[in-house]
Amino acid sequence: MSECYVCKVEELADGDVRIVKESGIEIGVIHQGGAYYAYQNLCPHQGGPACEGLRLPQVVDVIGEGGLFVGQRFDEADMHIVCPWHGYEYHLTSGEHVCNAALKLRKFEVSTRDGGIYVHV
Amino acid sequence: MTFTAGSHLFEPSRADFDSEQHLANARQQAFARNYQDFLIVDVDSHHYETEAFQEIANYIEDPVLRMEAKYQGMARGGITSIDGSYQEMTGRVTRYPMRRREATPPTIHRDITLMRRWMDSMGVDMACMFPTPMLNIATCPRAEVETALARAYNRWLCDNVLSEEPRLTSMLYLPFNEPEACLKMVEEFGDRKGVIGFMVTATHYKANNDNAYMSTYAALQERGLPLGFHAAYTWSDRSTALMNRFISVHALGFVWHNMVHMTNWIVNGMPERFPRLKTLWIESGLAWVPFLMQRLDNEFMMRSSDAPLLKRKPSDYMREMFFTSQPMEMVDNREALALTFKMMNAESQLLYSSDYPHWDMDLPSTIYDLPFLSEDGKRSILGGNAERLFKLTPAYAPWKLERRAAQAVAAQ
Repeated sequence: MSECYVCKVEELADGDVRIVKESGIEIGVIHQGGAYYAYQNLCPHQGGPACEGLRLPQVVDVIGEGGLFVGQRFDEADMHIVCPWHGYEYHLTSGEHVCNAALKLRKFEVSTRDGGIYVHV
Repeated sequence: MTFTAGSHLFEPSRADFDSEQHLANARQQAFARNYQDFLIVDVDSHHYETEAFQEIANYIEDPVLRMEAKYQGMARGGITSIDGSYQEMTGRVTRYPMRRREATPPTIHRDITLMRRWMDSMGVDMACMFPTPMLNIATCPRAEVETALARAYNRWLCDNVLSEEPRLTSMLYLPFNEPEACLKMVEEFGDRKGVIGFMVTATHYKANNDNAYMSTYAALQERGLPLGFHAAYTWSDRSTALMNRFISVHALGFVWHNMVHMTNWIVNGMPERFPRLKTLWIESGLAWVPFLMQRLDNEFMMRSSDAPLLKRKPSDYMREMFFTSQPMEMVDNREALALTFKMMNAESQLLYSSDYPHWDMDLPSTIYDLPFLSEDGKRSILGGNAERLFKLTPAYAPWKLERRAAQAVAAQ
């Protein structure tokens, strides 16, 4: 396993992503909600740059008493990585597709040390 | 919400959009699969003619309508418009909100530059291009406006795009609400450079077996130009009006309207009346084809008196028609897809299409990576079938020619 320097902590604001290339693999390092995540920048659907898109919360249909539809809301606790080619959505924390867990982004470990962010490949 | 402009892109500071960067992974696929070895034709792709609408409006001959069009514009409406207007997935597919930021050189028409960029990235050599919002002028309640806009668009496209780039072609829009205007359109534009056929948007509420269209079909057959039916949706259809989500309207609408036209076309014996007229069914995916084949065949065996012009089963005629591939339903069941290909004689009748830049676009790899196709079959679907159907003179992407030349030098 090799360690790849990404950038200084202050260079990756919350909500931002930095794409790095290590051992021929493009990796998106995401800073979201105070935590860091790293996934290969490759959507298993058609090969889109999955990490270059938006991050959006899960959309929820709110069903009330008696099965009545009440409305919709965002579940901010379940953020998604959204592939910008087709909109395939993956759980930010696991990289699994929101409708099919067998479809997942390749995940890498991230760490911070001495003011720097590192991804482990 | 995390959609903050500039904070989510490849470079945080990036204010522009770049098709080639957006499609960098597609370019890698093209290189890895050696697409330089064969022709790839994309038979259904789009541009956003709204960006050039002021240019197009100048081609409207009626001065009153021209002024109306220039004032009113062509953009789709907002969230409450009749067609919903959230197809763009609320920014999830980033090329929708970002595409206007892409810089292009002033010396070449912007549409040509943008088409070349995505085509080169995907490994597409030639493309048949269609408009985007102007596909929906089919539902304009003023038939004369549809005809005037269609003619203006066709003239503008021929003069400014097709005449300038041999890699670009189109099946021109037929204003199907005015049958006489359809014939005039074929007569006026049938010989223009880059015109490889004509196209009916499937949301026209006109029966294609109406006698009023026979002269147009005869003219197309005489010229050897295929007739395409391009799928579309409209939320104003009585059945789709019952649906509350875009996924429902799109999933059914894009198939339903072409199913209606296909059924009329076959039951009324059009393939027998115009045996040399080729038809192409565009952007309905593939899953509907075996469904309709089975459905029509089953009823035809009991009610052949309802379709007395047919000398064979409906599916026999469908197997001689042509279909574009996108959006190919890549279901978990690969056997279903393989059977669909077999039932429609895909290796000779299917034509690759991307539908780029729309949200459900398919890359050439969706065909190239199918394990049940032979190498010849893949190449036929990706380009050979289109080359034969449209009698194309191949025009290759510059990078393919360069790569071939480099390979030839290396081989020496």
